[in-house]
Amino acid sequence: MEAVEEKLVFTRPESLKETVTHYCPGCTHGVIHRMLAEILDELGIRERAVGVAPVGCAVLIYNYIKTDFLEAAHGRAPAFATGLKRVRPDLIGFTYQGDGDLASIGTAEILHAANRSEKFTTIFVNNAVYGMTGGQMAPTTMPDQVTTTCPFGRSTQETGMPLRVAEMLASLKTPSFIARVSVHDPAHIVQAKKILKRAFQYQIDNVCFSLVEFLSICPTNWGMNARESFQWLEENMLPYYSLGVKKAPEED
Amino acid sequence: MAKRLMKGNEAIGEAAVQAGALQYFCYPITPQSEVAEYLAKRMPEVGGMFLQGESEVAVANMIFGGASTGERVFTTSSSPGISLMQEAISYIAGAQLPAVFVNIVRCGPGLGGILPAQCDYNQAVKGGGHGDYKLLVLAPATVQEAVDLMMLAFDLAEKYHNPVMMMGDGMIGQMMEPVEFNPPPKTGEFDTSWAATGCKGRDPVIIRSLYLDPLVLEKNNLEMNEKYEQMKREEVRFEAYNVSDENELLLVSHGTMSRVCRTVIDDMAREKISIGMIRPITLFPFPYEAISEAAEGKKAVISVEMSLGQQVEDVKLAVLGKVPVHFWGRTGGVVPTPDETAEALKQFL
Repeated sequence: MEAVEEKLVFTRPESLKETVTHYCPGCTHGVIHRMLAEILDELGIRERAVGVAPVGCAVLIYNYIKTDFLEAAHGRAPAFATGLKRVRPDLIGFTYQGDGDLASIGTAEILHAANRSEKFTTIFVNNAVYGMTGGQMAPTTMPDQVTTTCPFGRSTQETGMPLRVAEMLASLKTPSFIARVSVHDPAHIVQAKKILKRAFQYQIDNVCFSLVEFLSICPTNWGMNARESFQWLEENMLPYYSLGVKKAPEED
Repeated sequence: MAKRLMKGNEAIGEAAVQAGALQYFCYPITPQSEVAEYLAKRMPEVGGMFLQGESEVAVANMIFGGASTGERVFTTSSSPGISLMQEAISYIAGAQLPAVFVNIVRCGPGLGGILPAQCDYNQAVKGGGHGDYKLLVLAPATVQEAVDLMMLAFDLAEKYHNPVMMMGDGMIGQMMEPVEFNPPPKTGEFDTSWAATGCKGRDPVIIRSLYLDPLVLEKNNLEMNEKYEQMKREEVRFEAYNVSDENELLLVSHGTMSRVCRTVIDDMAREKISIGMIRPITLFPFPYEAISEAAEGKKAVISVEMSLGQQVEDVKLAVLGKVPVHFWGRTGGVVPTPDETAEALKQFL
């Protein structure tokens, strides 16, 4: 019988710790964490990367991603990363922030970090709701979407329209890389990884600030199962939050 | 080294540079903006880093990020700006990072005014931000002392892995005095094996203040408390001026106010009225014992302040009812003259 050569084609990334996460069933943080870990491995930057954890569901990200980590105050991760990278430009800095953290309390910090084109990368997870505090309205909550603090649906009359962070940051004149991706199906996950890897490459090459907004789901606080949540994202979020690269340094 | 005539704010910036603190984040605010203006020019000369952030909130959080690398980082601000920094100061204390904050105090509350005051005493000494923590607080009375304490501040921040605040009233920042720069001798390399600089060859480090298990958080807080107890044992600094058994009154006064008191003590000595003074140099840890000892046999102890009376509470704790303790001072940015201070003190004789 002929010898068969075995080749390992899929394994746990070195940057991902082998542990049980605290995330709810169906949550897409797991997909994004794994993608991040694969990219840290593939680019060979794990050992010089320092992550900044947000306040929100992902505050414990340092229990899952095997790099140095700082734990930020609510919304201030971009200021933390600015401090880190200004003092040690040789390190790779990234923030991982949700929509309450980045699009509400931390709008000033992300806007000015982007406008200075600080050389770090932001992973912005937009699931249209405050997750950790139990499903309150976020600036990214869709019109008429029901949350615990808009129990009759979000009134745009009273609270305005959902904030489009990628478009807002793409409007800045300073060169940066800004994109929006989604993780609601495998094809989009593959695309998202390519874009996030490109975002990190700009940092490695010391080119510019980079931010990738991930459309994501929150089955627990949306009150749906995962399959329904993916469908809800596709039907409600995709038409309003268009996908794609919104700004790239080559265009500036 | 020859003395140089320098404005307090500029001297504070130069002192930091000479202490090897080359990472500076700032936001402009009167009456300390000259520190930022000075360092905007000076940092490029010495290969340092200067960044003007978008707000004091952001700047203080940049300090956290920078301090996490183990480098010497600092910022300077004034009262309303320091209020905005309290969030990050609490996190920095909780994460046990070394960092230096300078508050060139202006009168409050609110926007208040831009003239000198000591009305942030409680904010600096009793908390300011949320949670069980302490800052080591230094209070210079001259520009030279501001220079010396600024250099010392970085060593203390590293010794205790704790934020240190140098608090000078607006006068310290704005006046010019001759200064010389004598950096303290190096006490050995600062061990930065705890710092977040990439996990090559070691397990990842996590710099955090979140401990969801109450027993773990309590243990962390008790460890921090041991540092504060050590500060009380090792870092109390004060100056005794004209303290003797002849004294009728004992004054307790710090910063610019203590210099006015010194003139008053000299003037009243000519009128054969003996007054002594304890001048706290560290506001935390506070010189309780020195004040308690010096208070023995006096008619009264007077806390003289440019505020409505904040330090006086610590003076009362020091004296513990042995002799009467009173407050005298002015607020709103008024710096008392020696004559009116002397007049006011006579009521306690």
